[in-house]
Amino acid sequence: MATDRRTLLKGFAAAAASMTVVSTPALARARKTAPADAVGLLYDATKCVGCKACVVACKENASLPADTRASKLYDAPEGLNETTKNVIQLAKSSEGQTSYVKKQCMHCVDPACVGACMLGALHKGKYGIVSWDASLCVGCRYCQMACAFNVPKFEWSKVAPKLVKCELCKDRLAEGKQPACTEVCPRKAVIFGQYDALLDEAHSRLKAAPNTYVQKVYGEKELGGTQVLYLSSIPFEDLGFRFNTDQPVPEVQQTVQHGIYKGFVGPIALYALLGAVMFRNRKKSTEGEHDAS
Amino acid sequence: MTQAKTPRVVPSAARDPLPAGDASPSPRLSMTPVGGPVLTRSFLVLVALAALAGLTIVWRFAAGLGATTALNDGYPWGLWIAFDVVTGTALACGGYAMALLVYIFNKGKYHPLIRPAILTSALGYSIAGFSVVIDIGRPWMAWKLPLFINHWNLNSALLEVALCIMAYCVVLYLELMPAILEKYKGHRIADALLPVFDKALIFIVALGMLLPTMHQSSLGSLMMLTGPRMHPLWFSPLLPLLFLIGCVMMGFAIVVFEATFSSKAFGHKPDTPMLRQLAKVSAWCSLLFVVIRFLDLSVRGNLAYAFGADKYAFMFWVEFFCFIAPVIILLTKTKHYSLGNIFRQAILLAVGGALYRFDAYLLAFQPGPGWYYFPSVPEIVVTVGLVAAEIAVYVFVVKKFPIVAAEPAH
Repeated sequence: MATDRRTLLKGFAAAAASMTVVSTPALARARKTAPADAVGLLYDATKCVGCKACVVACKENASLPADTRASKLYDAPEGLNETTKNVIQLAKSSEGQTSYVKKQCMHCVDPACVGACMLGALHKGKYGIVSWDASLCVGCRYCQMACAFNVPKFEWSKVAPKLVKCELCKDRLAEGKQPACTEVCPRKAVIFGQYDALLDEAHSRLKAAPNTYVQKVYGEKELGGTQVLYLSSIPFEDLGFRFNTDQPVPEVQQTVQHGIYKGFVGPIALYALLGAVMFRNRKKSTEGEHDAS
Repeated sequence: MTQAKTPRVVPSAARDPLPAGDASPSPRLSMTPVGGPVLTRSFLVLVALAALAGLTIVWRFAAGLGATTALNDGYPWGLWIAFDVVTGTALACGGYAMALLVYIFNKGKYHPLIRPAILTSALGYSIAGFSVVIDIGRPWMAWKLPLFINHWNLNSALLEVALCIMAYCVVLYLELMPAILEKYKGHRIADALLPVFDKALIFIVALGMLLPTMHQSSLGSLMMLTGPRMHPLWFSPLLPLLFLIGCVMMGFAIVVFEATFSSKAFGHKPDTPMLRQLAKVSAWCSLLFVVIRFLDLSVRGNLAYAFGADKYAFMFWVEFFCFIAPVIILLTKTKHYSLGNIFRQAILLAVGGALYRFDAYLLAFQPGPGWYYFPSVPEIVVTVGLVAAEIAVYVFVVKKFPIVAAEPAH
């Protein structure tokens, strides 16, 4: 009898362990690619003169108020924030070179925010645009924890806050227009187009001016790829891109979680096992009582 | 004012819905209300702290999160998530740990410690759930979480945690129901319901073990999604396993802590041998945790970070001390294992486990340069007040309902 119990306990331990320790390469989740209809932006930092016309156009289109905290006079956001979906920043390299850099949602191929979002308020929709649905958001801010680019912003000052992030002007795209930022850019430093075409364009620019550019298209592979692509003459780290890995942010987590919860078999088996062990223990104890009496 | 000792309520026959057999069955202990006056001075202090938290919560909903908290776009999760939810639910894992011990490992002699543990768990998880409602920015949407099944994002570890915690709260109160119903024994409804619970409890208790296994491990998985922004000393594909072992360890530690403490507070004689056993189990969990963590760090080549001269390495070793000191006590002082040692060990393990979770959620999270977070006064007032409310309700329930085991009659 004692050995039986031990076997059961071993089974329980094994089931519990298998529920948590599963991350074999066999279960690794496949890398995603940009959808066929993907569109995006190509930002060429060497062309940008920092006029911030795109910042103003973005605010006008999204009806967002000016951020005058820094300058007291002009709309001068220091970074993305609850009134700023698109921003131009001045970056300095470790060697003293300067460059402008445009920041907005990167529209990741495999977005961490979408993996985080409980009810799919953040989702990758038409053209691969990552957009936000107010009717499904509880305001948990897990997307902010997940986004490696610090993009989603939260209306902290509001009693009924919303999420603020670039949705690639999907309203304008629906009207056959291009995004506000690309439309107004006087130097065509940021252009809009089909993702594949932008990628080709980026590579031909690298080839045409090998001494101007860092020989890399940031966003082609980084963190699993982004639909917003960057060219620069100074190292991308100095532009504020902290991560160089090709691994999509959700990969490790989803590989482990899918391993544990595949088909929900693990939890159901564990429940059955827990019930069975308890039932057995109870039966044995009542038998014991009968023996005693 | 002399405190008149209220007569003990005659012990009702122990309702032991799942009598667990054991090689050495202990005499059935009966749970009785502790009795005594409720409105003591310390109770009123707790109520005052809770009331202050209540007012602060009203302010938070009137003025918004930005006006009342130090949360920001870099640190969107702060004290309420890292402490009230992530650490609080682990400290509320006494019910889970004891249920595993009694019902699965069939150690029926620990049965007397189950009810206080379940009560603490129910209160701890309630606080966690309540904190989430305060913390989320759009709580009027929260009802959609359990109902909008076709929108569920099954990739979201947070969704799993949210649903599991909701379900587990219900389960914990169901597990507690017999204690409440016993109080009203003789009443028609109570008499009708008690046998129902007796039969159903096996399914409820099994769920009460499955759900924490799921969401406590998922609390670890949650942070994996911060990926490269989590410090390598904490980031690991084994986070779910470490969080699971950690919560069991903390669960046992908190049961020991609570039993020792309440024996002092309510003037009971503590069952030292039993607590010693629990402290041992807790310390073994701690050893397992430390071994897995070190193996994981060295296999993935991240152990070097532990020898840097920064706050990360420092906190790593502080955690390590809290985890390993009880193990050393366990291995070296087996013969002179006093109640004081047991108590110290329990505190170290609870603090170590709490620190690990706190660090994983706040310290290890690196949103990038320029971001800073330290909880605001309202955040601290709310957390302190909620803990005060938890203790106040615990004391009230223990005094009025049959939760704590009476001393065995000789």
